[in-house]
This record gives sequence, structure tokens and C-alpha cells, in this order.
Amino acid sequence: MRRIRWGWASVAAVPALFIGYFFAYPLVRILALGLSELSIGASGLEARLLRVGWFTLWQAVVSTILTFLVAAPLTWAVSSHEFRGRRLAMALVTVPFVLPTVVVGTAFVSLGWRDSIGAILAAHVFFNVAVVVRTVSTLWSRIDPRLHEAARVLGASEWQVFRRITLPLLRPAIAAAASIVFLFTFTSFGIVLILGGLRYATLEVEIFRQAVNLFDLPLAATLAIVQLVGVSAALYFYSRYQERTASEWTLESGSNLSRPKGIARFGVAAATIGTLAVLAIPLSVLIRRSMSGSFYPSLLETDRVVGTPVSAVWNSLVFASVAMVLATVVGVMASAVITGRSGQLSRWFDLTLMLPLGTSAVTIGFGFIVALDWPVDLRATIWLIPIAHALVAVPFVVRTTVPTLRSVPREVREAASVLGASPLRVWREIDLPIVSRATLVGAAFAFVISLGEFGATSFIARPNTATIPTMIFRLLSRPGETSFGMAMAMSVVLAVITAGVVLAIDRARVGELGAF
Amino acid sequence: MRHIRTLLPIAVALLLAACGSGDQEGTPETLKLITHDSFAASVDDATFSAFTADTGIEVEVIAAGDAGALVNQAVLTRDNPLADVLFGVDDTFLSRALGNEIFRPYESRHIEMVDEALRDADSRVTPIDFGDVCFNYDKNWFEDARLEVPDDLDDLRADDYAPYVTVEHPATSSPGLAFMLATIDVFGEDAWLDWWRDMKEAGVHVVPDWDTAYYNDFTRYGGASSIVVSYASSPPAEVIFSEEPLDEAPTGVIEAGCYRQIEYAGVLEGTAYPESAGELIDFLLSVEFQETVPLTWFVFPANREADLPQEFVDHTIIPENPTRFSANEIDENRERWINEWIAVMEG
Repeated sequence: MRRIRWGWASVAAVPALFIGYFFAYPLVRILALGLSELSIGASGLEARLLRVGWFTLWQAVVSTILTFLVAAPLTWAVSSHEFRGRRLAMALVTVPFVLPTVVVGTAFVSLGWRDSIGAILAAHVFFNVAVVVRTVSTLWSRIDPRLHEAARVLGASEWQVFRRITLPLLRPAIAAAASIVFLFTFTSFGIVLILGGLRYATLEVEIFRQAVNLFDLPLAATLAIVQLVGVSAALYFYSRYQERTASEWTLESGSNLSRPKGIARFGVAAATIGTLAVLAIPLSVLIRRSMSGSFYPSLLETDRVVGTPVSAVWNSLVFASVAMVLATVVGVMASAVITGRSGQLSRWFDLTLMLPLGTSAVTIGFGFIVALDWPVDLRATIWLIPIAHALVAVPFVVRTTVPTLRSVPREVREAASVLGASPLRVWREIDLPIVSRATLVGAAFAFVISLGEFGATSFIARPNTATIPTMIFRLLSRPGETSFGMAMAMSVVLAVITAGVVLAIDRARVGELGAF
Repeated sequence: MRHIRTLLPIAVALLLAACGSGDQEGTPETLKLITHDSFAASVDDATFSAFTADTGIEVEVIAAGDAGALVNQAVLTRDNPLADVLFGVDDTFLSRALGNEIFRPYESRHIEMVDEALRDADSRVTPIDFGDVCFNYDKNWFEDARLEVPDDLDDLRADDYAPYVTVEHPATSSPGLAFMLATIDVFGEDAWLDWWRDMKEAGVHVVPDWDTAYYNDFTRYGGASSIVVSYASSPPAEVIFSEEPLDEAPTGVIEAGCYRQIEYAGVLEGTAYPESAGELIDFLLSVEFQETVPLTWFVFPANREADLPQEFVDHTIIPENPTRFSANEIDENRERWINEWIAVMEG
């Protein structure tokens, strides 16, 4: 037993150090700095806090529910059916997820969707549909079809099977996707600013205003703590829920897709085409605008103001690869730790790993520069970029890996141990094959998060290296038709690369599975 | 264990290197220049090549977000600065930098070539460029609508204009803040909020930042506002970055309600190389560098000996009486003004 405990501790050390040094430590430093000058009882603060806090909460809850409603048909279609274009649909649905908010904001505004809560919610759904579809379908496609068949033979209707069997089994994945969408929308910034007009502000917007424009660090720190408390509470309930509902059953290592028959064919077609068509509306605006001049060739030319735009593609791919590797290593180790033991410690560990997703970008950015000069001065080094990306991406790897890992029956592991396998061998031979598929989904997310990330990296001091989103931002911050057209063209390039990468990773997944 | 043995010497070496660079004077191999994203965006290998050729010192550019984030980062790292020189603090944020004493005074040897009005009396910072935040209007729209271009902020209150005006929010946008200050100067402390109240009543549009105002709301880009807060230098940029060659800028500048933003550079307190840092400031103010400023960053060089490129002169308007506030005045009132503005506009 002792050996196993040591093993657990040493596996836990890597993610604990990563999250401790790159998240908790900077966060504590910056909050302490802010709070050291706190003047309690600022006039009108409570009322304002309440108003902003309430809006932040309810719009996140509503956004999450709406995202599920919109994502449900496509999730169903891709989870239990094999059809032509299935993989392409999965890749295309991921595209909105990486587009910079400023670009999507522009598309929404030109469609006349702005200055309303409806526009904010619509944009949140647009961004997050991919999270639900990909997270839930990973688990769904691997539910043992015999369960379904048995229930049908016993006389249950399709609906009853779904409600009594499929849905309960899917709960961990649904909860995982819901927690991510909730955190994303709870900390929404650009969308609320651009589409909300003056009427709406989230805590994130308020923290930005206080920290950057007014430099009221005490107030910003107070708001950041309120935000953290809200995020932690939501995560705490989520992890309790996940532990309670996780069920062990034999997952198939391959997916169980069948060609749709009869009426299901129309359903699958309608769900796939319908969802993609809705998501395509804002995208088509970008494409049309990017084609209104010869903007694509201009991306290859050296511009005297922004350099050669296409060089940003290379930078982005390098950062994204590093971030993906970092996030996957840290995330898989963390998942092993979380599922290896139950109880308070692993619940808190799980919760802490999710926090970066719910922490404001300004707070992390300023935290980095006050804290990371010890023991080695990492501030303003190029490493901070993939590290900041990985920080946001780790939760995705964890959230996609943990539900699958939890579903591995304990008896299988115990049997292997009894038969003399070392813990490492049990992990390699039992957990890893089952989990690799889910982890790859998380890794793909990590890669595209890094490709599209702009928020956190815009608040850290960094070497002057442009990524695709920073290049889009550079182009959009100067006047002129070509600047705007090139920014749109660059966004389309980002979308195409994203779809291509996701498609490639999904294919790699199949190859991997064939190996065992 | 094996890893620890290989990593430890590296860590020790890095630590020694970090400590070693402490207090030594002399010439560094590299100077670090921290600046905002929009300046950093246009730096390439050629930008500092003349400086490197002269001094043998490479310049490493660090980007640190927008102007506000830049200054905040410099203040937060005052005791262990991220760089040797900071460039890009404008007058709306200058007071925050000076109040926190992040700069080491330095008088550039080119300072005599700069108008007195632009200089800091105590030489804590050196002016490098300036630009005017002004209303831009869409020439085609005004022709089609057969409307006079307003030449006074008061005119804008009319229903003919106010619903077609877009401004940026002063709490999230630097031109937004600059324009708000301009209205305080034009109408005075007593009456400026009345103007905003009237504008709100008549349907003025407020957006969070410049790119939203310009690329979403401006009629030139398919929006519904024919007048937006931008820069006096936006019309020449429209000509230079147009898809088809243009003889005349498609947009114009309204000279009323302009605010002059000056951008400064300074030697950061705590640099190990104050002398070399000063040389870099001299380079930024040299005629050679200053002549590249207009077409790269679309602002005016602070050094009056620098020649302006023709295409820039042709389409640019330099407003005659732009507003300016002293750093102290802004510092004392910024927060109160913004909150009063918010109370009127968001209330």
C-alpha cells in the first residue's frame, strides 16, 4: 500500500506544482497586493456589486441551458450514427469556439444583433455549442449498445430508453460540459462589451474597468474574489454531483455507431444540417467580407505596419503544440490523481484545476508580472504564452478524461493488481487505452484554445511575437479597407486551420484505437 | 533523482545570471523596451537597426497590452522592472506613472527640437509623438443626405446629427476618455454633462472601443453612424490602406472637440543601464526615427525637425486648438468625471 501512496503523491506533484506556481501563487500575490490597501465600505459598492453579480450569474445559467438546447440534436446525431460527413460536422462545429470575440462581435453587429441580452445569449450559444457536442458525444457513442437492445426487447420505447438509461449514464459528461460552458459565460468579457451596449456588465467587465482603466486595485481585487467565490461554489456543487452520479459500467473501447435507418435518417440529416446552418450565419458574414477584395494574397505580403500576417500562423501553431503537450501531460496526471482516490482532497484538487477557467484574465495577467520573477525571472519570456494557454486548457483535458476514467470498474483494476501488475502497469494496460480517446478530445480542445486565445495573453507582458488572434487585433486597430478585409481574411484562415486540425486529430484517434 | 541532478546546475546558473546582472554599469548587449501592443505591432528588424549599428546594443521589444495595462504593469513591477525603457504612456495615464515614481529623470540631447508645450517640465518623461482624437465623418453620407458637416459640438445635439454619432466609452477606451475630456474643456465643468444628457436623449451611440466604433458603426463600413470618434490621422490611413487607389480621403475630420494625446517615453527606475537607456530615448527622438513615425504609427513626430511624408500631409488635418489637460488635473478628476459620465449615460 505504501508504494501506491507514494506513487499517487509523485503523480500528484506535477499538476500540483504547475497549478500552484502558475496559478495559485500569482493569484494570491496580486490579490494580497490589492487588498492591502482595501478601504471597506466604499459608497454604493454593495448595490453595484449585487447588480453586476446577479446579472453575471443569471446570464451564465441561461446561456448554459440554451447552449444545451441548441446542441442537443447534433449531439444525438453524431453520438449514435455513422454517416457521411459526420467527422466534418464535428470539426466544423468547433470553429466558432476559437474565433476571437471581436471578430464574432463584428459579425453579429453587422447582422443587427446587438445592444440586447438576446444578442449576448446568442453569441454565448454560438461559441459553446462545440463544448457540449464534443464532450457529451464522446461518452454517448461508447455506451454499450446491448443496454439499449435489452431495454427495447423488454418493451421500452425509444424515449423511455433515452430517459431511463442513456440520460442517467450521460450525466457525468453533461455535468462536465455544463460546468465548462457555465465558467466560460460566467467570465464573459468581449461579447458582453461589444453586444451588450451600455446596459450590461459582468464581473469580468467590471474587474477590467477597475483594474486597467481606473487602477482601483482594491476594488478590482474585491470583485475578483467575489468572482472566485461564485466560480468555486458552482464548481463545488458540480464535483459533488459528479461523484454522486458517476457510475461504473463497461465502456466499449471503440465507438458504437450505426448507419441511421428509416425516420432516423431524416432526423440525423435535419439535426446536422440545421445546426451547421445556424452556426454558419455569422461565419458567412466573415467569409463574404474577406472576399470583397484581394485580401488573401495581401496576407502573404510584408505590410509596413504589421509585418507579414501569415507568419503569425506559424507562431500560433508552435505555441498551440507546446500548450497542447503541457495541458495534456498535466491534465492526464491530474485526472489519474482525481479518480485514484475519492474524498475531500481529490475533490479540492479537481476544483482548483478548474479555477483558471473562471478567473479573470486581467487578474492572471497582473498576477504573473508581480509574482513570476522568482526563482527565475519568467516574466516577459516567450514561455508564458503557452503556459497561460495551457492553464486554460488543462480543465478541458481533465473534464473529458475524468468521466471516462471514473467509469472503469474498480474490479478490473483490482483483478490486475491481484494478478501482480504494478500500479504503473495497471494504468498503462487498463486505464490508458480506455482513456486515450477521451484525452485526445481534450487535447484537441487544448490545441484550438491556444490557437484562439487572446484574453489572458493580452494582459501579460510578452515578447513581441504575433499569434493569429493578435494579428487580427493589430489589423483591426488601424483604419482602412484593406486592414479590415485582411482581418476578416485572417479570421477565416483561423477557422480553416481549426477545422483542419480537429479533423486531423479525430482521424488520428481512429488510428490509435486500431492499435489495441 | 537523475533529473534533479541535471536541472539543479541549470537553475543555479540561471539564478547567478539573474543576480549577476544586478548593478553593473557599462554597456549591455540588449536593452528591453516595454510598450503597448499598437506600437509593438509595427516594430520589425529594421526599426532599431540604426541604433544597434551605432551602439552595438540590441533592442528587445516587450508588448504589454493597451496603454492602461502598460502603465499598470510598470507600476506593479516598479521594484523589479520588466524593462529598461518604457514607451507609450499618454497624457491621460501619465499622472498614474509619475505619481508612482516609475521613471528616472532624463533629459534627451534632442529635447530642444521639441516644442515646449509638449515637454515635461521636470524631464521625467520625453515626448515622442502626438496625435489628435477627433470626430471623423463619412463624406459620401453627408453628400447623399445633403447635410452640412457640423463644425461645433453644439450642432450635434440636433436630431439631424445626434442619432448618427458614435462615441467610445471613456472607461474602456482611450480615445473615448480623450473625447470626454475634450467635452469638459469645451463646455466647462458646469455644462458638459448637459451636453451628454442632450446627446443621450437624442440617441447618441456608445460602444466599448475604437474598432467597434469604426468598423461596426461607421457608415463607411456599413454601420449606421456617419460621425464617429477616431483620430485626425485616420483619413490618411484610409487613403494608404484603401483597396483601390484614392485621390481624396473618403472621410474627414471635424475640428471641434479634438483632444491632443501626447505619447511619452521614459527610463525606468531600477534599470541597470541608465546611460544606455538614455541613448535609446535619444534614438526615439532622433530625426531619423521620428521621420518613420507618421506612416508607421499614424501620429505626428514630436521632433519638429522631422519632415512629414507627402501622403500624410495631403490628407491630414492638424486641429488648431485641441484640448489638453495637465497630468495633475486629470489625475485628480479622472475617476470622478468618468463616474459622473456613467451616471448620466448608463443611468
